[in-house]
Amino acid sequence: MDKNNAWSKVEIARQKDRPTSLDYIENIFDDFLELHGDRDFAEDGAIVCGIGTLNNRNYTIIAQQKGRDTKENIKRNFGMPNPESYKKAIRFMQQSEKFNRPIITFIDTKGAYPGIEAEERGQGYAIAKSIETMCNVKVPTLSFVIGEGSSGGALAIGVADKVIMLENAIYSILSPEGYASILWKDANKKVEAAEKMKLTSNDLYDLKVIDKILKEPNGNAKSDVLKMSETIKNEIIEQMKELYKLNKEELIKKRYEKYRVIGGEE
Amino acid sequence: MIEEISKPDIPVGKWIKCQNCKEILYRDDVRANLGVCTNCGSYFRLSSRRRLEQIVDENTFEEFDLHIESKNPLDMPEYISKIEGLRNKTKLKEAVKCGIGKISNEKAVICIMDSNFFMGSMGYVVGEYITYSIEQAVEKELPIVIFAVSGGARMQEGIISLMQMAKTSNAVNKLNEAGNLYISVLTDPTYGGVTASFATLADVTLAEPGALIGFAGKRVIEQTINQKLPENFQTAEFQFEHGFVDKIVERKDLKDTISKIIKLSKGDYNG
Repeated sequence: MDKNNAWSKVEIARQKDRPTSLDYIENIFDDFLELHGDRDFAEDGAIVCGIGTLNNRNYTIIAQQKGRDTKENIKRNFGMPNPESYKKAIRFMQQSEKFNRPIITFIDTKGAYPGIEAEERGQGYAIAKSIETMCNVKVPTLSFVIGEGSSGGALAIGVADKVIMLENAIYSILSPEGYASILWKDANKKVEAAEKMKLTSNDLYDLKVIDKILKEPNGNAKSDVLKMSETIKNEIIEQMKELYKLNKEELIKKRYEKYRVIGGEE
Repeated sequence: MIEEISKPDIPVGKWIKCQNCKEILYRDDVRANLGVCTNCGSYFRLSSRRRLEQIVDENTFEEFDLHIESKNPLDMPEYISKIEGLRNKTKLKEAVKCGIGKISNEKAVICIMDSNFFMGSMGYVVGEYITYSIEQAVEKELPIVIFAVSGGARMQEGIISLMQMAKTSNAVNKLNEAGNLYISVLTDPTYGGVTASFATLADVTLAEPGALIGFAGKRVIEQTINQKLPENFQTAEFQFEHGFVDKIVERKDLKDTISKIIKLSKGDYNG
């Protein structure tokens, strides 16, 4: 692999004009209806939840949303969820089970928001609950890592039957800056960190953390959002064909085993 | 996620210094006082061995040995040598000690994390031990008690550590479906990927007084928001106040409290 290849992916994944979750959602689903609120404390815009239709099948959509401009970034908290976003996501996971609607999630976050209020309202617990709920939700689940997938804040909506990454997306335990800061006490070593972390789609496929890589049009999703959306849409249709063959018990058992073996024996 | 907090476990040597009141103390006195400062009452961190002595009935503990190793997924040569070094120094296999034992005669699966080993961080081996222990509790129809102390997910194993959060949390689902009791004891410090997975998913969550418990580290939060943090931020008392801890329990009362919860949890309605 070329030197600095991983860091170039980090840069592409963070490009300000990289398509966001809502760009894809609007292209993929008919009648997308966003619904709001965690029923407990607040509406948090960093995770978008809603329902939409694709090929006459209804889906629950749970997606991390970065702002496309300054105004939206403020509304979305730069795609960094507070606990309320995770509680909203949990609410939609539970509702999916009630209505037997499969779940599609889109991952694109620098991580859960590190703030005083977020800690006061149980950021860690909210993420833990979201992971626990998603692990056990009795409908087919599909996660797309479309940009940055960083830390537990990303994983909270990423424990799916199939995890699929766009070619230039990244997925890691922490941002390269945070990683360098913790491991070497020097955030400036971010490029070196990125190369070591195995955060590219190819690395993660080899580690069996993800199931499939989707090619981006002309090597960058932003060059043709419609085409990228079409690719994701077809992937959803194809994956659902397979997942619908499993009953609830098989689905849960397979999901348990999938996460049981990652990092262990071949 | 991991933050270095220098507050060491009782070190070797005759005398130790309390990090809180700065008093020099006789080591045996502190040990006899359960690792609590005889001068100011603040808590030293306990090794898993000392914690085991304090909580589990003598000669009842049978430790699990899974014979597993980290696969060193990021191919860091220094990681493997660091593990070997820690094993020699601490005589521990990894950052958690798990097995079956009795707590005031109540049989339970018991997991005790250890901050002396990589700050109690969770990589593949720790995730596997926790998951195996939960599965053993289900299989043997036992309650499980986990003592958490951790800087979070282990950076050296990268994404594989992150995936342990999914694995351990999913195991808790099995426990809940089977109807087994899970008691989590949060001790100083519990952070990051451990807080955001199995450690906060218990039926009953206890914490030691003054323990620091949170998701994001204080330094990260300070740098993000550029303001000073409140005095008691992320302490056990702070977590209690915000509703995330059932009870703060002094070290001397932990054993009794745990066995009492085990005794009180089973109902008999079978309609």
